[in-house]
Parts: sequence; structure tokens; C-alpha cells
Amino acid sequence: MTVSETQRTIDAVWRIESPKVIARLARLVRDVGLAEELAQDAFVAALEQWPESGVPVNPGAWLMSTAKHRAIDVLRRNERRDRKYAEVARDLDTSADDPSELDFDDEIGDDMLRLVFTACHPVLSREARVALTLRLLGGLTTAEIARAYLVPEATVAQRIVRAKRTIARKQVPYEIPQGPELATRLTSVLEVIYLIFNEGYAATAGDDWVRPDLCEDALRLGRVLAGLMPKESEVHGLIALMEIQASRLAARVGPEGEAVLLLDQDRRRWDHLLIRRGLVALDRAERLGGQAGPYVLQASIAACHARARTAEETDWTRIAALYWALGQVAPSPIVEVNRAVALGKAVGPAVGLELIDQLRSAAVLDGYHPLHSVRGDLLAQLGRDAEARQEFETAAGLTDNESERALLRRRAAELAGP
Amino acid sequence: MRFMLMLKEGTGPADGPSQELMTEMGKLMEDMTKAGVLLDTAGLASVDDGARLHWDHGKLNVLDGPFAEAKEVVGGYAIIQAKSKEEALEWAKRFMRVHGEDWEITSEVRQIEEPPEEWV
Repeated sequence: MTVSETQRTIDAVWRIESPKVIARLARLVRDVGLAEELAQDAFVAALEQWPESGVPVNPGAWLMSTAKHRAIDVLRRNERRDRKYAEVARDLDTSADDPSELDFDDEIGDDMLRLVFTACHPVLSREARVALTLRLLGGLTTAEIARAYLVPEATVAQRIVRAKRTIARKQVPYEIPQGPELATRLTSVLEVIYLIFNEGYAATAGDDWVRPDLCEDALRLGRVLAGLMPKESEVHGLIALMEIQASRLAARVGPEGEAVLLLDQDRRRWDHLLIRRGLVALDRAERLGGQAGPYVLQASIAACHARARTAEETDWTRIAALYWALGQVAPSPIVEVNRAVALGKAVGPAVGLELIDQLRSAAVLDGYHPLHSVRGDLLAQLGRDAEARQEFETAAGLTDNESERALLRRRAAELAGP
Repeated sequence: MRFMLMLKEGTGPADGPSQELMTEMGKLMEDMTKAGVLLDTAGLASVDDGARLHWDHGKLNVLDGPFAEAKEVVGGYAIIQAKSKEEALEWAKRFMRVHGEDWEITSEVRQIEEPPEEWV
């Protein structure tokens, strides 16, 4: 193997093994930031040694054992400064060659969960949670995260350093939340993963309408979480939602890179492997029973679209009912805008418009461009072209996405008349 | 990126895969699922019941199994999502390693092409 080939192999091993190594180390050294640095050191050691020695048969165990020996050195050096370190170093020493700690056994699942809940801890800002989750659990490098979010690498590095510092300063315990706290903390985890997905699915910045790599990263994180928490229906709901939405990635972009909306998409271009996986995940969520949460409901809506072979076959009545249910568990004017769309299709544009106009009086939606594009669409169906054109223009002025703006301008132009 | 791991039929012990191999294989598949990598996998039924079709400039020939060259016969596949070809290879290597010393097998890793921009 050439050096660069080995390097790429080590990158791949890092992606596969680093979350487990960091998760286990963080429990042993009781410090997520230190754990990440130790794992990073082990990775550097691999870069130095593997091109010569070859990639070990069990690279995860190699990284773990290297990081652990390094941990003992670092902690010994610090022990005069801090008694906590002395204690940890002693524990580590006695377990240094315990094979069960090198082999990722059943307990690694709990360590991974601890890492998940720490990276998505509410003491951190959303941006910090996203960066830390991609770094620690997704195995992405700082450069990769920066590229994905179109920000300078230094910004991401800074964000991660600050996040680790906050975790240490606020003494966030390395544990899985229990009892009633679990539900709210899980909400934060699901939100982080879905934020990552959405940045890929409907990019808020830049010229591209979609960034599939981020969608794949989010899907992977979601699937990891499902393996760790198989009994949580909302986890399966989130995966179902992401798999089904991701199935439309190719169809959402036209030949010129322009946005293509759901009902205009060529459904033959939908990815049926992902649809099938999404429907299986939704089924799993439903089997777990209980009241359907927001992700399960959103996945059910996505599934309605996925099951319809043509846009005309869409079960809008069911979709309107699901949006109503979603509005009950997660009230939001945005959900109501979508319910208006569904009602417009199921009953008629006048009914949809009625709901939209009620929403319009609520000022919260002032800068929300879909309100205007939906209103424009309903007005156009009712033949009120001039008003519709105005709404599309307003919506175009409000979106930050180039590709979407072009789509809205096009719709406005189509209504310009002869 | 997606890759297809095509697993060719190999040669091993006369009494087929050992219990240990099956357990290890199950564990690897579970690892791949838990890592969020494995999208789809299946084994193919015996090639003896399969058929080969050959098109030769307008002449169709259908040949029923079994066929001579077992090494070229695909016995199963796995579709995985990976960040790079090297990552796909790393998973494929793990698949090979669980077979231990008793087997000789071949597998092929191929990237699945993204759907073309436009197709009719």
C-alpha cells in the first residue's frame, strides 16, 4: 500500500472507530474533551506507524489501547495538580490490559449513548451541538464540517473547542438521563440530527438547493441512534422521515440545478430503497405504540406522498388529518400553513385560503416565505392571478436560497399574463 | 456514496459454514447496521436453480444452472452507505476476515452510480 492509500484507509478507520473509542475513553477519563484529544493522538500514532507496520487486524482495539496508554501518561503528569486525575489514572492502570475494555462489548452501547447525550446537551448552543455531534459521533473532521456548512475551518474548530470547554465548566455529567428528563433530552438529540439533515435537504446558505452529503451524515447518525435506543418510537419516526425525504433528493433538483417541488417531481426518480427503509422504520415506530409524536406524524405524512404513485393519487384527506394531529402535539403556525395546503387539495382552494388568511393575521409568520408562496398558489388556483403574482414576488424576496428564489420568480412570471 | 459488495461463492469445509462463522457473520452484519452503514443485504438462492442468458448479436441463448466456474458466481450482496471507497473497502475486509483460515472467497466492491440527471 502506498502512503496516501494507507492514509485514506486510516481516515476510513477513524470514521468507523473513533465514536466508539471516544465514547469509551470519555467514561474512563471522565472528560469528553480530553477523550477526544487522546483519540486524536492515537490517530496520529496510527498515521506514523501503520504505513510501516500495516493496518492492524483489529484497528479499533489498537486505537483504544494506544489512547489508553497515552491517557495514563497524561493523567500521571496532571495528578499533582488535581486529585481527580490521580484517581482516574489509578483505575485506568489496573484496567489497562483488560481485554473487555479494548473489545467493544455490549457496554459500548451505553458509552455511545452517554456521548450522544453529552454532545447534544442543552447547555450548548445549537451550532455547538451540531458541530460536536458531527465531530464526535459522525467521525467527521473539522475541515469536513466546515466544508459542509460553508464556513471557515477555524470557525468550526473554535466552536468545538468552546463546546468542550462549556461541557467541562458546567460539569455536564457523562451519563444517560433517566426518568422524565430522558424525554426532553432525547428531543434535543433528535433535533440536532434533524437540523443536520435539513441543512442538507434544504440548504439555508449558498447556491445549492441540496447537499446530499449532510443528509447521508444525518441518516447515519439517526440509524446509529436507533441501534442504541430501539424502543423509542420517535427515533424510528425520525429515521422514517429522513429516509423518505432523502428518497426524493435526486428528484428535487432539475437539470439546471433548480428546485423541483414535491408535486412536480418525476416520481420514477425517487429512491425506492430509501422509501422501503423509511416505511419499515415507520412501521417499527407504530408497532411500539403509544401516542404518535411529532416525528412519527411527519413521517406518516411523508409516507402518504411516498405511497402515491402519481401526485393525483395523493391521499390529501389523510394528510390534512395528520397535520391536524401534528398541530395538536406540536402546535406551530408552520404546521398550519401545511394543513392549509392539504385542505386546499382535499376540499378546495377556497378552504385552504381561509385558513391561510387566519394565519396571516398572526404576525409571527411575517417573514416566513412559504406562507406567501402557499397563498400565491391557492390564489392562482382561484384565478386571482394578480394577487398570486404579488405573493410569489414577496416570497422570492424573503428566501435566502438562490435556487428557491428562481423557482418563485418563475412562478410569478408565469402569471404575468400575455 | 453507496457501494455494492458482491460476495462470490467460495470454497471451504465440506459441511459448509460453521456455526462460529454464522455467529461472527451475524455480529458483523449487526455492527454494520448499528453503524448506520448497511442499507440492504440478501443471499442468493443456489445457482443450480438459476439461469444464464446470452445475447449474441440477435441470437438469444438461455442456459440453466449449474455452471462450471463457481468462483464467478455471486452468492449474495450488501448495499452500504460509506463516506469513501476506503471505508467501503474497510467493511469488505471485515467481511472477508470473519471467514477465518478455512475459506477461500472473493468479493467485489463497486460504487453504485448516482442516478443520472435526466432519464426517460
